[in-house]
Amino acid sequence: MENRNLKGWLYLLPAILFLGVFMVYPLIDVFVYSFEEGYNSASQTFFGTGLYNYSYILHDPYFLQALKNTFILVIVTVPLSTLIALGISYGLSSIKALRELYQTIFFLPYVTNTLAVGLVFMILFQKNAYTDGLVNLILGLFGMSPIDFIDGPYWAKMFVLCFYTVWVVLPFKILILTSALASVSEEYYNAAKIDGTRPFRIFRKITLPMISPMLFYLIITGFIGAFKAYSDAVALFGTNLNAAEMNTIVGYVYDMLYGNSGGYPSYASAAAIVLFAIVLTITCINLLVSKKYVHY
Amino acid sequence: MNRDIIRSERAAKARSTVRSTVTYIILTVWAIIVLFPFYWMILTSVKEYASYNSEYIPKFFTLSPTLENYSSAFTAVPLAKYFLNTVIFTVATTALMLIVIIPAAFAFSRLNFRGRDAVFTLFLSLMMIPYELVVITNYTTITNLDLRNTFTGLILPSVTSVFYIYLLKENFAQIPDELYYAAKVDGTKDLKYLFKVMLPICRPTVITITVLKVIECWNSYVWPRLVTDDPNYYLVSNGIQEIRENGFGRENIPAMMAAVVVISAPLIILFLIFRKKIMEGVARGGTKG
Amino acid sequence: MKVVLQHITKIFPAKGRNAKDTVAANDLDFEIPDGELIALLGPSGCGKSTALNLISGLLKPTEGRIFFGDDDVTDLPPENRGVGLVFQNYALYPHLSVMDNIIFPLGNLRGKEKMSKPEMRAKAHEIAKLVQIDELMERKPAELSGGQQQRVAIARALVKMPRVLLLDEPLSNLDARLRLQTREEIKRIQRETGITTVFVTHDQDEAMSISDRIIVMKTGIVQQIGKPQEVYDSPANLFVANFLGTPPINVFSARVAGEKLYIGSDAVLNVKGAADQEVTATVRPEGFILDENGPFVCKLGGVEVMGRDISVVSTNENSVNPTIRSIISAESRVDTSSPTVRFSLKPNKVFLFSKQTEERINFGTV
Repeated sequence: MENRNLKGWLYLLPAILFLGVFMVYPLIDVFVYSFEEGYNSASQTFFGTGLYNYSYILHDPYFLQALKNTFILVIVTVPLSTLIALGISYGLSSIKALRELYQTIFFLPYVTNTLAVGLVFMILFQKNAYTDGLVNLILGLFGMSPIDFIDGPYWAKMFVLCFYTVWVVLPFKILILTSALASVSEEYYNAAKIDGTRPFRIFRKITLPMISPMLFYLIITGFIGAFKAYSDAVALFGTNLNAAEMNTIVGYVYDMLYGNSGGYPSYASAAAIVLFAIVLTITCINLLVSKKYVHY
Repeated sequence: MNRDIIRSERAAKARSTVRSTVTYIILTVWAIIVLFPFYWMILTSVKEYASYNSEYIPKFFTLSPTLENYSSAFTAVPLAKYFLNTVIFTVATTALMLIVIIPAAFAFSRLNFRGRDAVFTLFLSLMMIPYELVVITNYTTITNLDLRNTFTGLILPSVTSVFYIYLLKENFAQIPDELYYAAKVDGTKDLKYLFKVMLPICRPTVITITVLKVIECWNSYVWPRLVTDDPNYYLVSNGIQEIRENGFGRENIPAMMAAVVVISAPLIILFLIFRKKIMEGVARGGTKG
Repeated sequence: MKVVLQHITKIFPAKGRNAKDTVAANDLDFEIPDGELIALLGPSGCGKSTALNLISGLLKPTEGRIFFGDDDVTDLPPENRGVGLVFQNYALYPHLSVMDNIIFPLGNLRGKEKMSKPEMRAKAHEIAKLVQIDELMERKPAELSGGQQQRVAIARALVKMPRVLLLDEPLSNLDARLRLQTREEIKRIQRETGITTVFVTHDQDEAMSISDRIIVMKTGIVQQIGKPQEVYDSPANLFVANFLGTPPINVFSARVAGEKLYIGSDAVLNVKGAADQEVTATVRPEGFILDENGPFVCKLGGVEVMGRDISVVSTNENSVNPTIRSIISAESRVDTSSPTVRFSLKPNKVFLFSKQTEERINFGTV
């Protein structure tokens, strides 16, 4: 018996060790950091405890900018990407010819390096001394004057960020929704067809409720993912996001930790905990709403 | 009355033709939006530097493709080094992860010992912890251990994943107990049973986990950026960022695109080969990163 | 509503390069009289479900016409045919209550037929009463037993008062006891509504016990149509004889010579008018009479007493099956010490079939 216990723990030991050092300890530590005022990472000293770090970041214009950017990004991209994914998956499930080809193409962005492809988006949207860029060329066809989406007005930069984010998150959503749609038994559709149900009513009354668990799963994970946006912004606007007014909360955390403005783990911790609190709240709200609407 | 029905029948048929045409148009439009950046990246990477810069209105094709940009991508910046670093990082992280999670999943699903369920619950609750919360202390830890700019520092924090342990444990648990007892009766050791019976049966899940981890490693950016500032240890994501900000100079876009193609190619090729497996795996694994 | 199938053929084109087209229905040509309960009976893959789906409109025939009454419905989509269909797995919408499942089809009505919510609910209650589920209206399908789900499915199919009700293997998902109960229930509901009803089954017991008429199918071809007793008493071919009846019919290699039927060297029956030839002879289990002087000699295998009846198990080298099963009255005495048992045969329980065509060969009994 003793021996058996020992063996079980032995098998678990590596995992426990790694999780302990890199998950559990940091988790406790981050809360400690966030309440330690004036922590100095070189001397590892601080001069007091309290809510000063929170108060500091909440008054930091860069953090407020990041907060605003993140919220806009979440509010725009989560519903938009979910709706587009729903439409595309529904379209995919209603066709036979070329379906696999389309599925493969749509999944492609999932396996690409966000940073690398972000550069392509940058040159597509960019306007500089040498060229107006391709997007502006197309806009020009509609009689619009060229805009610099990368280094220009705030709304234009936000547009590119949202567009790229949707482009990046769609493959996963399309994949999940397509397989959810495929799992709805043909019999239900036949039953509805016999009764003369019109396509829109079939979609609203049968398809949507049947895939609602997956849909809500995507919405919840979509919110969480969008709140953590960062590398998409770096890909488009470079590492100095504060200067570009395009920083996100996660970006703020990293900037506080490292780089030109870095060296403040306490502020970073406070910001990370604020982010965590926001995500937790939104997730709880999502779960409550989904309890009400998700069937089964 | 019958004629009415037939007429409405015809209308319905016309409607369904219109519907499928519209469906194909929408799907094709999105397919173009997805594919176009890839096309543009390859196209730009084979345009001559001079001709690219002289195109105020970008051209959709080039008549004189050149591979020159690729050679400058490898010579002007240490792209091969970034590439090699990423391969080392990806292989080592994935291998270490498998070594850590397989015994853990085996213990949770197969061995009975005191405290097992309590630990498992604890593990599950760790799944909800966002990466951003722990990365701060990990950064300090690695810095204090003097592991910045080392592979050890890059790799260690990402060798465990509670989610993958959970995924594998669920799969292990589906193997009927009888198999284990039969093996025990024959005097099979636990480790042999794990490697000769459980792993082969659960191969699809192991492959899924491996592929997901490889994708994650290849594209990882945040952690490498935090713990490396020596270009000798840059991974491709950091490398491309470095190239963009200090590399060829902002104007040599064709060379930059060549680097982007080189960085993107491995995963795309991997995807095209294992298309079905990867898509099934992602659908089953259910999360990104 | 009478249902007429005229020369209906359905071919599923081959999928693989070397695969062959599947002829799932081959020249179906029959008429289902108004208000009857019809069973489409056959082994799996015989095309019975295809036939049902052709009637429902979910499938379009490759050739032929289908009429409901005088209306040609061949080119109508399912929703314009006025059919109700009960699926094998019921296909109840899991997220809707029983009530909402039943009124779902009514929500599709438009124009003059459009109904208000209270009208729909009233209608649903009326139907629910008929199928005796009016107590369960607020439950979800997952909270119902198999039998109850079946009734909900029937109610949903009936609520629009279809011209034809179609049931696909309605009893296959129920346990044995419920199956008996439910088939009576289907019979009752059909009687009360008078709707022409077609159901598909592979269970001959089911088909025999409740239908007014059965259609026996094999490989897409109709073998025989008739009242259950007629088909049982007068199978058109060897397949039908084999398929109907429990225990199954006994099959022998036999030969007709001089208007006598020989099984081996035993002249077991006079068959007036039958030409001399090799035949397949079949005898229903109840067609054996225990007879000390009977012409048919078999090796005695054993005797099973089943209450009312005795089942005598015996063997004969000309039997196609390993054993012969005969059912005789329990009042008879079988001498179990004897190595052989002798039978005489009831002429109306013996059927002869051509060795080549497997078609029935008629004979007189005198």
